Amino acid sequence: MTETPVTTAAPSPETLMPGVAVPDTRAGYSGVIVPADRLLDFARALRDQHGYDYLSSVTGVDYFPENNLEVVYHVYSTSGGPGLVFKTQLPRADPVAPSLFSIYPGVEFQEREAWDLLGIRFAGHPDLRRILMWEGFAGHPLRKDWHEAYFEEEGKPFKNRWPEGNVYRIEDKVPFEDNLTYPPDFDPESWTPETDAALYAGLAKVENPGGHRGASPDRSGGDGHAIDTDQLVINLGPQHPSTHGVFRVVLSLDGETIVDLKPVMGYLHRNHEKIGERNTFLMNMPFTDRLDYFCSMGNNFGYALAVEKLMNIKPPERAEYIRVIMAELTRIVNHLATIGFLLNDLGAFFTPIIYAFGERELILDVFEAVSGSRMMCNYFRFGGLARDLPPGVLDTIRELVTDRLPRRIDEIDAYLTNNEIVRTRSIGVGVLTRDRAIALSAAGPVLRASGVAYDVRRAEPYGIYERFDFDVVTRSGGDIYDRYLLRLEEMRQSLRILQQAVRDIPEGPIQTGKAQYQVRVPAGESYGRVENPKGELGFYIISTGKPNPWRYHVRAPSFINLTALGEMCRGTKVADVVATLGSIDIVLGEVDR
Amino acid sequence: MYGLGIVRGLGVTLKHFLATYVDDLRWFFERISGGSGGRYYNPEALKARQGTKARGVFTVQYPEEKLPVPEEFRFVPFLIYDTDAAGVQHDRCTSCGICAKVCPPQCIWIVRSNDPASGRPIPEPTEFFIDIDICMNCGLCAEYCPFDAIKMDHDYELASFDRMNHHIFNKERLSKPASYYASIRPRNNAAEEAARAAKEAAKEAAREAKAESA
Repeated sequence: MTETPVTTAAPSPETLMPGVAVPDTRAGYSGVIVPADRLLDFARALRDQHGYDYLSSVTGVDYFPENNLEVVYHVYSTSGGPGLVFKTQLPRADPVAPSLFSIYPGVEFQEREAWDLLGIRFAGHPDLRRILMWEGFAGHPLRKDWHEAYFEEEGKPFKNRWPEGNVYRIEDKVPFEDNLTYPPDFDPESWTPETDAALYAGLAKVENPGGHRGASPDRSGGDGHAIDTDQLVINLGPQHPSTHGVFRVVLSLDGETIVDLKPVMGYLHRNHEKIGERNTFLMNMPFTDRLDYFCSMGNNFGYALAVEKLMNIKPPERAEYIRVIMAELTRIVNHLATIGFLLNDLGAFFTPIIYAFGERELILDVFEAVSGSRMMCNYFRFGGLARDLPPGVLDTIRELVTDRLPRRIDEIDAYLTNNEIVRTRSIGVGVLTRDRAIALSAAGPVLRASGVAYDVRRAEPYGIYERFDFDVVTRSGGDIYDRYLLRLEEMRQSLRILQQAVRDIPEGPIQTGKAQYQVRVPAGESYGRVENPKGELGFYIISTGKPNPWRYHVRAPSFINLTALGEMCRGTKVADVVATLGSIDIVLGEVDR
Repeated sequence: MYGLGIVRGLGVTLKHFLATYVDDLRWFFERISGGSGGRYYNPEALKARQGTKARGVFTVQYPEEKLPVPEEFRFVPFLIYDTDAAGVQHDRCTSCGICAKVCPPQCIWIVRSNDPASGRPIPEPTEFFIDIDICMNCGLCAEYCPFDAIKMDHDYELASFDRMNHHIFNKERLSKPASYYASIRPRNNAAEEAARAAKEAAKEAAREAKAESA
């Protein structure tokens, strides 16, 4: 291969390693297909020579009829521009792909997820365990031949609902009688539950635990007498108020200092993606609300974009403006709540969060008046919106964004920013450097607080974002305090966008074509991504032209941001883990899906 | 000076604390001067307390006080029936099954029967079930019903002591009169009535034109 200088212009797929990377010529598909044995070379060349330094998403697709599995990678450059999709095809019977962990360490959790749900093994992955399902779970649920308990049919709508309508309660179908199958070599009588031994074994150890004296000078207490430290393993959560839900962190401590840390998740797992593949395209819309339930409007936006790309339609002008208004109000809601919860985690028990929730309340009132629900908005439709703004709502939004919210955000700023306790607890804690943030595929405020000016609204504008005047806020420290300041400033930028949007919003229709309950989606793949408040939210969708998507994958920002948690917390204390987790801003509905 | 940030922050807290009393006093004086009923439950007070100009506490004392819900608010669906001049109830539903097909969690079951004499389907459903434990209140059924027969309700107080026997609502439990719908969603109802009237008028005009040409 030839040495080419790092460039921001996207090279055409054909020029990338000709002979190795073959363009994907299936109808509706794009990108290149790389054989598994050349994948590492190819990825290294992409990163080092073509400037694709940011790996956004890794997932798999089960092409059951063709009897192969495909791993799909989406890479971007942090200097902006469109991305590149590359794939590798594996035999379904023994799917092994090389792990890209050595090139893009951010794949760690995503490859584990692909192993867990699709059974793709990644050779060279440092810790390839299940991540969402529990150890000992039989099968890989996203495979097309895997059927869940209470399985009815491959796709909705189910035929027995109409016109015969034999109603039954799902609980009356006892799962342990006729709705459960055991693996062939499984005996429920002699079964013993799996333990967490593999998890604990994967934690880094303290060298020479027990009785080593003064291994490092900072533990000596200052009087020359070293303190004895011991290795200690602590489980934080899953039932712990500071983990923002059912999230568990396993910590390995040397005395009080964190040596290693592993997040354990999946307690809220419902296999959103499997449900999504049974649903019709439209049915998925209300399900996306339940991912990051603080930002349902943003989730709707991402999903609508992905499907609209496949259908090749655009919403009318007024709908585009309303979409932006809703997405930016969502950002303010989310950042207010995040700042409030972060202060809770720092010990300011509930006063800041209640002030933040007061303002959030007013925005939720707007959402309720517009969409009918405060949190599960289900407001976007393919090619438009569910309904126009009711009378009076635009005036309320105008009052909020020009008068009330700017004052209240300034008040939060005055209230917290210079507070000495906040500063002491957060400055220099939970640091993520610029290079590591990119390598670990961090997204959103976590990435920007580490000094990377990467915002999907700017890097690859969607909707009508290129029309608005706003700054991509960055901070350089990469610590908790910078992430807090960044969110504060992002709210102000959102207000700027909102002020322009409520000024310019035109009258007109809000739906392209006729609203339909069964949309026809042409065959092909698409990846729709938005800058959600928590980071880049992506939907990877494959349609075969049928009413149900063949593959429906969610690139969940708070799930992938957790990849960096270990890096941020090593060397700090347990109380700092709580604060760092609060500054990453996770929602378990999205982490566990 | 170290600690100044904390002191300033406490100043903000004090401002919030005092604002709740200012608000209380304002509503109190309004009451003794014979105003609209004081701080507590009345629509005007709630609007101010929860509006964009509100300064005091946001909380309401549920269930003694209840926030009015906006027109678009949606909760578990209900079926609409019209009552004719003779007092007979007619379901608007024609058992077309679109709601059952569009329902994301598939919680709608419809029984359609055939007329024993002609063998053709009877439009009004024989039974109509919604499992409200499964319903996710998304509102897609109401949105895509071509006959305005199923709509989302405003009544969100559905708690019961026994979920085993009472949470599959049948047609009787689901049906509500058209007048109820008009009362909870006046704006939507007026728009739909107008659309229906226009459609009827167009049909009438087409029929007359046909009769004339014949």
